[in-house]
Amino acid sequence: MTRPADGSEAMSEPPHGGDRPVPRTVLRGARLIDARGDHGAHDLWLVDGRVEGVDLAGDAELEIDARGLVATPAFLDPHVHLRTPGQEEKEDLASGLAAAAAGGFGTVVSMANTDPVVDDPAIVADLAAQAAALGLARLRPAAALSLGLKGERLSDYAALQAAGAVMITDDGIPVVDSHLQRRACEYARELGLVIQTHSEDPSLRQGGVMHEGAVSHELGLPGNPAEAESIMIFRDCEVARMTGARVHIAHVSSERGMRVVEWFKAQGAPVTCEVTPHHLTLTDDAWRAFDPVVKVAPPLRTADDVAYLRDAVRRGVVDCLGSDHAPHTRAEKDRDALRAPFGLPNIEVAFPLLYTDLVLAGELELAPLLELLQGGVARVMGWPEPTLAAGAPGDVVLLDLDTEAAVDPARFMSKAKFSPWDGRALRGWPAMTLVAGRVAFSRRG
Amino acid sequence: MTLNPKATLMDAQDLTRALTRIAHEIIERNKGTEALALVGIHTRGVPIAERLAELIERFEGARPLTGKLDITLYRDDLTEIALQPIVRKTEVPFDVSGMRIVLCDDVLYTGRTARAALDALVDMGRPGVIQYAVLVDRGHRELPIRADYVGKNVPTSRSEVIKVRLEETDGADGVELLELVDEA
Amino acid sequence: MTGAAGTRAPAAPAAPAAGSPPTKHPRHLLDLASWSADQVHTLFDTSDVMAQVMTRTIKKVPALQGFTVGTLFFEDSTRTRLSFERAARAQSADVISFAAGGSSVSKGESLKDTLKTIDAMKSDLYVVRHPAAGAPLQLTRWTDAAIVNAGDGRRAHPTQALLDAYTFRTSFPGYAGFDGVELAIVGDVAHSRVARSNVELWTKLGARVRLCGPRTLLPDELGERPGVTLTHRVEEAVEGAHAVMALRLQTERMAGGLLPSLAEVRERYQVTRARMRLAHPDALVMHPGPMNRDVEIEGVLADDPRSVVERQVANGVPVRMAVLYTLLVGSR
Repeated sequence: MTRPADGSEAMSEPPHGGDRPVPRTVLRGARLIDARGDHGAHDLWLVDGRVEGVDLAGDAELEIDARGLVATPAFLDPHVHLRTPGQEEKEDLASGLAAAAAGGFGTVVSMANTDPVVDDPAIVADLAAQAAALGLARLRPAAALSLGLKGERLSDYAALQAAGAVMITDDGIPVVDSHLQRRACEYARELGLVIQTHSEDPSLRQGGVMHEGAVSHELGLPGNPAEAESIMIFRDCEVARMTGARVHIAHVSSERGMRVVEWFKAQGAPVTCEVTPHHLTLTDDAWRAFDPVVKVAPPLRTADDVAYLRDAVRRGVVDCLGSDHAPHTRAEKDRDALRAPFGLPNIEVAFPLLYTDLVLAGELELAPLLELLQGGVARVMGWPEPTLAAGAPGDVVLLDLDTEAAVDPARFMSKAKFSPWDGRALRGWPAMTLVAGRVAFSRRG
Repeated sequence: MTLNPKATLMDAQDLTRALTRIAHEIIERNKGTEALALVGIHTRGVPIAERLAELIERFEGARPLTGKLDITLYRDDLTEIALQPIVRKTEVPFDVSGMRIVLCDDVLYTGRTARAALDALVDMGRPGVIQYAVLVDRGHRELPIRADYVGKNVPTSRSEVIKVRLEETDGADGVELLELVDEA
Repeated sequence: MTGAAGTRAPAAPAAPAAGSPPTKHPRHLLDLASWSADQVHTLFDTSDVMAQVMTRTIKKVPALQGFTVGTLFFEDSTRTRLSFERAARAQSADVISFAAGGSSVSKGESLKDTLKTIDAMKSDLYVVRHPAAGAPLQLTRWTDAAIVNAGDGRRAHPTQALLDAYTFRTSFPGYAGFDGVELAIVGDVAHSRVARSNVELWTKLGARVRLCGPRTLLPDELGERPGVTLTHRVEEAVEGAHAVMALRLQTERMAGGLLPSLAEVRERYQVTRARMRLAHPDALVMHPGPMNRDVEIEGVLADDPRSVVERQVANGVPVRMAVLYTLLVGSR
């Protein structure tokens, strides 16, 4: 029996957070904002895991003073690494989904590059069941495009989808064989699944650990040019256009890469794209301290690239945000620049970071930022638009847009208690996140 | 902390007389200038050695060899000090082995400089004889070192400072006694 | 024979005379960025003294007695390591050698954990060579010891540049400072930390540097530094130069396919006697070693009187002695 691939609960799914009854909850005096607009301050009522309505009467079993806070649908993240199964020293479902909730996210799509790889329906089902029992952020697993991420044989998409997979991707390992990419797209199209691509040409990437440019030459570190990305994005978009499959380009990091996406979108190709919080706020200059915390793939690029990506966001070219939250142990990131693994944790600071650096800086309005985290993701995934209308899922985040607080990795829910933004003063911290009507996160202090 | 002048121990003339006497003593003790070398310890020992060599040449008609020795690398307090001393060149352009070396310095105090100078010389070869000439001996030895030739013996307290000035390094000749005083 | 308390009387022997260098040098020698020209010249003056020590019968002074120097080489290099060990022992320092190129480190033990294990043995200074750029810098975060970079990836090799410049200072006939001096560096510049550090140092001292190599080995970004010009023609690089440095073709660092053929490299970029006729008549021929004779440098030129390659190696010890002395004395 196929299950709806949307972000809401369906009959066949175990209840989120277990069997305990969900208290009738009211969020008093919150400023309600969703895709339909800014509705001003009201009391938002939730019952039985769904939005009940606005300014209703009656008793609440749980009353929350939300005056001064913004209530908006909990964010969606199409790209996180939860390292389960097999790499739980970096993150597990409990810490990862708690971190997501702390970041204001109600639903995340987890990547498949684990150990073993998520290419087996049993693993998908297990992940979904474990996550549901935790009652933190919702988990929608992605499954591997190829068996073992080897890029040789397709995995069984239909079975994976039936088990709960919502996306097909070999994220982490670019698919080199264009024929395989084509077949994967054709098959996924048939099933209505989204294919996400990690678009990097490994032969151009050449073991580069950072962006190839003036800074990499100065620092003497091997570089990974923007063209490694743009060339592969072209390939992936062309195969999308050729097959009609919905292809989602992950973490576009460069102007060159974004221009390719724009070109294909203008022709009506069924491609979507995401950008990460770090590619919108950090440049390759961050490498000067030689701390591999900033080692990511694709790498942090130049100020010009960051400016172009921000402009693309403003012009509506970017469909959504994807955090690419990629936790590792501190010891792994304490290796030298060549040996440290790629990836940084960011899901808990993603919204405050972008709210502070883009909205408060006057570069972007709040509504489009929220769109990148809500409706934009929903459209990419084929899910219903998140709203606060009566009957919508009870996935709500209360945001404190005024209080300034410093990023303190020691207090992260994630096991990866380090951050490139350590110590930065940000606003827009999530004060509380409800998922399926239950409090999944509440900020202390 | 300031240094207050207390007394002039030697004026220019006293200094010259003292060096003249020392030059004679060196000639007498070493029975002439054969295999004789004067090695001055940086900084003020160097002009002292030069002056002694000139005086000896005037009296004997033959000039002893001279050299300059920097003892920084032989100090016994390098693991403790906070400041880094500049290392200067040692210029001893002759083989010290078998030579009669007179080390020259301005002030003899704890004896540690002399010990370092001895170590440095001995690392350069095997001197036949090492003697030690100083302008002022102010007492308070911490090592069993004694000078063979002394310009003036001045008993001092630890809070006092001896300042030797030489034409070559300071523009004028003289030896002054100063007191280290806590500003009230 | 350390002194008892209270031996630091004001009439202390050999105290710095009036006019001693005011600003304290940096704590580490990771590269030459934070060292001033004055501090470098002071290092050279100290190297003169150290060179003299090495001419005596007893090639040793007690200056660093009581200090411990650790050599931490994550990348093979017998020559450089021995040079540092000699420099430490000649000043009576204790030396502990860690060849971290094997076992636990290659199994992915973090750089930090490796250091912490070794640091338990309490060295005052580590000489570090590592294949990853920035590793010595990372180490400064995890230890109180001073760090001397003996080469990190492609990034820097400061003591090599120091001994190269020192060799110029002591070997160039009529040396009168670095102002107006022209240095040519020819070869695999892109992958050379020696080239990078020499560019940094010689331009800091007032010289100009010409970098020359095939297009694939000479990134444009390197020419953006003031005082540096790029050329793909070795004749242009060498013309009028006061020193010509040939770089080894670093095959172990090149990802394949950067050069069409060795023969072409030889033909177009080899430093030869004929090409050296275009240089200043007293120009020095230099090479950081080890040399591939008749590849980047003509064999007979390497033996020519203008070649100071052996002097570079010899100067490595006094320069490293000066570096160790400078970083250790006064550090506690």
